[in-house]
Amino acid sequence: MALDLLYFAWVREAIGRDGERVEPPAEARTVADLIDWLAARGDGYARAFADRTRLRAAVDQRFVLLDAAIAGAREVAIFPPVTGG
Amino acid sequence: MRRVAVTTAPLDVAVLTAEAFAAGAGAMATFVGSVRSDDGVTALELEHYAGATDRALEAVADQAIVRWNLASATIVHRVGPMVPGEPIVFVAALAPHRQAALDACAFMIDRLKTDAPFWKRERRGVDARWVEARGSDQAAAARWHQPPLPEP
Repeated sequence: MALDLLYFAWVREAIGRDGERVEPPAEARTVADLIDWLAARGDGYARAFADRTRLRAAVDQRFVLLDAAIAGAREVAIFPPVTGG
Repeated sequence: MRRVAVTTAPLDVAVLTAEAFAAGAGAMATFVGSVRSDDGVTALELEHYAGATDRALEAVADQAIVRWNLASATIVHRVGPMVPGEPIVFVAALAPHRQAALDACAFMIDRLKTDAPFWKRERRGVDARWVEARGSDQAAAARWHQPPLPEP
């Protein structure tokens, strides 16, 4: 099922785009699984996702831990820890 | 009353303060964050997750309104490029008494720093570097998870 991905800050820069539509395999059940699958796509992805402790995520604009399920999700965002204010 | 906004336009602190104060209450506390020129920073760029940002700011303001019974809560955050000295964020809490206003204002800026999807990039001349999240910000936000202290 099609899933919209969004990338922010240095995750976006390492991957070289701010988002894309993907069709992840059925085995990708969680955000972490999705990241594993994406990391195999090339250098930029591997670099962006090298250190999972520096990654945060949102599923359908709700902030989640990386072990959160993505079943039925329409949008997943992957980004560094936030630094606003 | 709740007002949250994300804007690329410069923040006019005097206007924002007057508009927040017009809600009327016994006490108003405000916080203004501005771009520091630490270590030769020449410009700051703020990126955000459009859509999710408004929702996150609304959640922070609503929690403050309920917890401190505020007459009004305001959070206005700037995004895009800016230079040292310019305001980045304006927070205001109005309550019947000062302690609620002060605590609610501190709560909102502390929680905004960890709960709202903004990312800062500092420029020093031609060099650009993403700002790292700080553990002290996590600790500042976490203190609000504690149950309130009993009255002395």
